[in-house]
Amino acid sequence: MAKQKKQKFNILEHELVPKHEIVPPEEAVEILRRLGVKPQQLPWLRVTDPVARAIGAKPGDIVRIYRKSPTSGEIVVYRYVVGY
Amino acid sequence: MIPEQKIIKKIKFGILSPDEIRKMSVTAIVTSELYDEDGRPIQGGLMDPRLGAIAPGQVCLTCGNDAKSCPGHFGHIELARPVIHVGFGKHIYDALRATCRSCGRLLLPEHEVRRYLRLLERLEDKWPLLAKMLVTVVKKRASKVVECPHCGERQYKIVFEKPYTYYEDRPEGRIQLNPFEVRSRLEKIPDDDARLLGLDPQEARPEWMVLTVLPVPPIHVRPSIVLESGIRAEDDLTHKLADIVRTNERLRELLDTGAPQTLIDEHWMLLQYHVATYIDNELPRIPVARHRGGRPLKGLAQRLKGKEGRFRGNLSGKRVDYSARTVISPDPNISINEVGVPEPIAKTLTVRVPVTQWNLDEMRRLVLNGPDKWPGANYVITADGRKIDLRYADRKRIAEMLEPGWMVERHLRDGDIVLFNRQPSLHRMSIMAHIVKVLPGKTFRLNLLVCPPYNADFDGDEMNLHVPRTEEAQAEARELMLVQYHILSPRYGGPIIGGVQDYISGAYLLTSKANLLSQADVVDLLSAAGYRGELPEPAILSPKKRWTGKQLVSLFFPKEFNFRGKARVSSGIFACEDEWCWNDSFILIKKGELLTGVFDKKAVGAEQPENMMHWLIKEYGSDYARYVYDHMFKMFIRFIEKRGFTMTVDDVALPPEAKEKIREILREAEQRVREVIELYRQGKLEPVPGRTLEESLELKIIEILSDARKKVEDVVVNYLDPFNNVFIMARTGARGNELNITQMAALLGQQSVRGERIHRGYRGRFLPHFKPGDLGPAARGFVYSSFYDGLSPLEVFFHAAGGREGLVDTAVRTSQSGYMQRRLVNALQDIRVEYDGTVRTTYGELIQVAFGEDGVDPAKSAHGKAVNIDREIERVIGWRV
Repeated sequence: MAKQKKQKFNILEHELVPKHEIVPPEEAVEILRRLGVKPQQLPWLRVTDPVARAIGAKPGDIVRIYRKSPTSGEIVVYRYVVGY
Repeated sequence: MIPEQKIIKKIKFGILSPDEIRKMSVTAIVTSELYDEDGRPIQGGLMDPRLGAIAPGQVCLTCGNDAKSCPGHFGHIELARPVIHVGFGKHIYDALRATCRSCGRLLLPEHEVRRYLRLLERLEDKWPLLAKMLVTVVKKRASKVVECPHCGERQYKIVFEKPYTYYEDRPEGRIQLNPFEVRSRLEKIPDDDARLLGLDPQEARPEWMVLTVLPVPPIHVRPSIVLESGIRAEDDLTHKLADIVRTNERLRELLDTGAPQTLIDEHWMLLQYHVATYIDNELPRIPVARHRGGRPLKGLAQRLKGKEGRFRGNLSGKRVDYSARTVISPDPNISINEVGVPEPIAKTLTVRVPVTQWNLDEMRRLVLNGPDKWPGANYVITADGRKIDLRYADRKRIAEMLEPGWMVERHLRDGDIVLFNRQPSLHRMSIMAHIVKVLPGKTFRLNLLVCPPYNADFDGDEMNLHVPRTEEAQAEARELMLVQYHILSPRYGGPIIGGVQDYISGAYLLTSKANLLSQADVVDLLSAAGYRGELPEPAILSPKKRWTGKQLVSLFFPKEFNFRGKARVSSGIFACEDEWCWNDSFILIKKGELLTGVFDKKAVGAEQPENMMHWLIKEYGSDYARYVYDHMFKMFIRFIEKRGFTMTVDDVALPPEAKEKIREILREAEQRVREVIELYRQGKLEPVPGRTLEESLELKIIEILSDARKKVEDVVVNYLDPFNNVFIMARTGARGNELNITQMAALLGQQSVRGERIHRGYRGRFLPHFKPGDLGPAARGFVYSSFYDGLSPLEVFFHAAGGREGLVDTAVRTSQSGYMQRRLVNALQDIRVEYDGTVRTTYGELIQVAFGEDGVDPAKSAHGKAVNIDREIERVIGWRV
């Protein structure tokens, strides 16, 4: 029953959920270099976060989010996936 | 010699152990007497000289330093019986509940204790917040156990009566646990179990929460004051400590002589009370300890707590020297960059100037003038650092001795830079740098154009002034904080400085088409504005030379400045869509010439983004902006001064036919309200979705009445002379709006409380003058009269009810938004924009990749956007005419 419900509703298709994607590791290194940050200095995203679960992110991953912004139209932000 | 650099790695808080207290103590306090007959402090008393030197010249018996460098030394009181430390009441309760009453172990099986310990160790390292959560879980679980898993002892319920009494519910009844028993139970808790209770046994053994020795703070913490009458007044803490010592000694006596237990208990409780109120004198359920005069004594907690406590009052916020505060008043004749400083204040505030061979003569003059004659000097500092007070010195001699290397504390004088501030300091424009202009009088003077950023008016407002001391600070203030650099606000990317009230009316009247000026007028206006240059060619040469206001204004624009935009007056019958329009309400500036349009709030007012002033400032810089504000704007008020501007009752008088029309509109509205009520009574009213029938009726009635009011407003606007003074002010945005005029001329309209028509009061009616259940407009706060006609007593009451709500709302709103602001500032204060454009915390954590996600500084933007494309295109290709 619970499983059925999960399959019925895919949060990634919800209008208010911006597009998330896992960044491949080699690209992630480049991004971190460009931003001049250590991974922990990025804002965190928990693996238990519904979106992280939906896209199958694992701790240590960098997630890229395309968000709408009132000032600059669309903006790309990054999250560092952490445990629990 | 450079002192060794040390970095604070961490701070750890713990509880002082009895041993530590004794170790750091220089003496035990054994007598409540403070001084002997000669007035000398008694050894072993609370003012024992070994506790530290405090009087100048006195040498400390403990450390040998004089009063300046003696840090003070603690003493201690050996308590005859232990007492509970009130600050730890809750913690002691937790510890008692979670441990065995007989063996002192945590009330969880051994394997669980070990499991939790391992978990705790791991968590403390990485997730200190989670470790705290674990502790609460352990406490909660252990408190539920009724039989000790270690020794099998049955556990009883512990009852905690705030703030310092504990009971145990034994089968024979509720028994009080005295501090002695409490302490002996806490002593039995093993270190590891204490750790699971959230205590670090190295720094805070549980039994240390029960006091056996009380530290006595050095006299520096509780200095006595000698009153003018020569009587010594002791600090509150000294009084309280004396109470403690007195009770303690009495209790010891009783114990030694083997007094009856009840008497001992009584004194023990008294000692507990004194120690508790010494620490915190605002404990619930405990009578407040008072002075003889009835004033509550200040406990240790009271010194720290609250707005005036040590933290908020002395550490986060401090009082400063080189500052002044007085009433402000307006002065349109000084620059927006200036502030008028009254002479008495200029003579008190000083700037320290090093004497050099180039300013030697000048400094000599200042020294000769001395502290009482402005511009003079208050102090001279010699090359070896001695400070000479010029009030008492031979100024002639000192002026002669003056040489390079000395320094002079000279009076504030014209051209100095100061910071000027008005509370509440809500945004950065609340503190700006001004240039001093010393003026006679007793008030600070400021240009009217800087009222909007400070949100100041002159109904008694006071403002603060600070003198930056170092050259570095002065340069920074001058280059970054000067008013002219804050004309464009980061709040909405537009000018926050601009004309208010008469500036706007004046600008409108000056630039309006109807205004033609004689040569005498033109010369007067331009000289008031400080214009230097040729007079323009008159717009009318014959029969007499006449100039337009538009010509005068144009003299202040750069020769290549272009601007197009609607004026604020462009509405209703005066609307203009472009410059080909008779109403003269579309501003067209070409090559620095104002060709059509009038100036009003949109052109010269404050807080109007993307208006004429905005582009002028953005494209020609802040020096030019200051020039315009200082000169062109002065012409506006000069003009309105010459012309005269006022309002009379007649400005809001309506002709009889207008009144008849208004009555007709209201009659019709009343009729419709009656119909709706009738429908409701018959049950035929269609309810609005999601509303009850009654709510729907109310909505309908409110809508009908507000429609009627709008129609009345149109009538008023049509019948009033558009060039009467009140209407000019409303149209140009100088003061008031059309609703205000309607309320004065035609009717006040619906009064409301909480967004509803006024109905609370008597049952079914607001006042006994109405029939119960009357739903008509008049019974529910619709006011038919205007301020011109005068209100009936009932209407006055309705109006007062509505007005009261407005007052309460503003009071509540300011306090709530103030608290929200405080919390926001505390949360965001350490976030900053780094040189790479990213927004980060002090630890380098990334918050935004670019400030505001687009990297735009709103103060330098065009109303929030980086560029205004239309404006740029027009600038490059010129006007298409």
